[in-house]
Amino acid sequence: MKTSAEPSTQLASATDGVLVRVKDVVKHFPVGAGLFGAEVVHAVDDVSFDIQAGETLGLVGESGSGKSTLGRVIVQLLPATSGSVFLEGRELTKLHGEKLRRVRQRMQMIFQDPYGSLNPRMTVGDIIGEPLRNFGLLRVKTGERAVQEVMRICGLNPNFVNRYPHEFSGGQRQRIGIARALILRPTFIVADEPISALDVSIQAQIVNLLEDLQAQFHLTYLFIAHDLSVVRHISDRIAVMYLGKIVELAASREIYPRPLHPYTKALLSSIPVPDPELEAQRRTILLKGEIPSPVNPPSGCRFHTRCPIAQFPICAEQEPPLELKERDHWAACHFSEKVPVAV
Amino acid sequence: MVKAVDGVSFEVAEGETLGIVGESGSGKSVTALSLLRLVPEPGRVVEGRVMFRSQNVLEMDAEELREFRGSDVAMIFQDPMSSMNPVLRVGFQIEEAMDAHHRFNHKQAQQRVVPMLDTVRIPAASQRARDYPHQFSGGMRQRAMIAMGLSNEPSLIVADEPTTALDVTVQASIIELLRDLNRERRMAVILITHNLAVVASLCTRVLVMYAGRIVESGPTRQIFRSPQHPYTWSLLRSLPRVDESKHERLLNIRGLPPDMTNLPPGCKFHPRCRFRVERCFHEEPPLVDVDPGQQARCWVLMRNALKDHEDLR
Repeated sequence: MKTSAEPSTQLASATDGVLVRVKDVVKHFPVGAGLFGAEVVHAVDDVSFDIQAGETLGLVGESGSGKSTLGRVIVQLLPATSGSVFLEGRELTKLHGEKLRRVRQRMQMIFQDPYGSLNPRMTVGDIIGEPLRNFGLLRVKTGERAVQEVMRICGLNPNFVNRYPHEFSGGQRQRIGIARALILRPTFIVADEPISALDVSIQAQIVNLLEDLQAQFHLTYLFIAHDLSVVRHISDRIAVMYLGKIVELAASREIYPRPLHPYTKALLSSIPVPDPELEAQRRTILLKGEIPSPVNPPSGCRFHTRCPIAQFPICAEQEPPLELKERDHWAACHFSEKVPVAV
Repeated sequence: MVKAVDGVSFEVAEGETLGIVGESGSGKSVTALSLLRLVPEPGRVVEGRVMFRSQNVLEMDAEELREFRGSDVAMIFQDPMSSMNPVLRVGFQIEEAMDAHHRFNHKQAQQRVVPMLDTVRIPAASQRARDYPHQFSGGMRQRAMIAMGLSNEPSLIVADEPTTALDVTVQASIIELLRDLNRERRMAVILITHNLAVVASLCTRVLVMYAGRIVESGPTRQIFRSPQHPYTWSLLRSLPRVDESKHERLLNIRGLPPDMTNLPPGCKFHPRCRFRVERCFHEEPPLVDVDPGQQARCWVLMRNALKDHEDLR
């Protein structure tokens, strides 16, 4: 029984605008040989969902949830252990060599660290133009023009084309990373924590830029972040990950006021808001313990060891499937109906 | 010479919680380090006083300073891993912190280790006391650091970005812990952070720093309700909020955080300020009272600026 595959099939029949389909994706990493054979990190375990063309899907979770790994598997920077990823109906996980390389033009990635992800020995123009060269699209004149055009679109001064990354601030470097992702005119961009390394006063600039680009080029985003405030702001729908599983998936206007998974509810209750009067009333749901090791995830529901409403033995024995609980609102919890009142 | 902090004055009362907010380069961490005379070489405090009760910290001799740090004031840092010795057991390090000062004799110190770990809510404290730092998760290490800091019953704890490297659920528990310690032990807290929401959650008073200066200060509620400095106002408008469903565009603060080696003349915020007037370009405003208990360093002030900007109100 592959109940967890339902969100993708169901949504697909509801609308035809599916751009990316993730189906039963599993990603395990071996971690050396233990006494009884090799152990594996269950980074992503049997994850399925669709991303609609033109939408922003937020992917949230704490460190160790597998959200970054999933992002990389989707753009084929990491091979999936099993399962499939489709882009515009084509199964990426079956493509190899030149065919995969061609499809890569359609999907790009923006990284968290604007310092580590730019080659310090290349000029900004070379960095942004490199994808054109890689795909044999560079004509000397038009290429240069394309680079300057995309710099302008991303709020960089095109006259700085011959400067090096160290001459730019963190926010400007992130703009360079965005320009590099944009130059091939992709349809789909995975942004992995694109603003968390930036100063507070710069974050809004980058968020606004990403929103403007989306409107201008009809981009589809997978926006990966641990900051749920930004994710709420930018995302149409949100997927919450815990220990390699998607535990909840819904429209952001649904999930924030009315989470149906106890983990989502605890996570949301942990976020302070910049308002001292509201803060004086906010009640934090403190979870017991810490996130367990993905090498040996808990049996049954992976959250049962920390869940405030877990019931035994069912939660420790049966893994709850990601099910449609309300309209377009998916949750993986045996007792989701109790979450709004009991947690 | 870079003036990382320039003419900063403030007080913390017994049992108070003060937040110092700023971006990188604002001077918030240097301010905190100056309090404990911990500014790394070649940096130094060239002017001013740091008074703790009736003593000037900057004039203490080595022994007085050693006593002051660690038993009157504790400091916790962003990265608890680099603040602990990796080859010594956590419990031993806490014991050592007490032995270094003489508030407790050796026997008492040994007996206090486990209760201290209990206080910071480390589960199975008597077993965990025998662990090494690498066996602790990030949140637990931060708790252990706090336990170490508390072990000599300081009256002030200085926390420099204590939750920045932590996950949100862990951040929530550390804030909760600091709040309880403040309430139950009347321990004053200085929280240095870039996160305005964390300040709203924990601090009763706040200093906003920009380019090494205090640009606004006052009671947290008042500052958040009615910020008078354009920098404070803009920051609050640029933050996405988890409780806000409106998909409103965030306020862009143009430009970059200041380059401390090359500060502009006049108000240091004027290159980024949308409300600047002629005077801001060449004359730096003083920090003046704008409301009871609230000070701001601005020639214009938001209450006047917003009169001309109906769209931004």
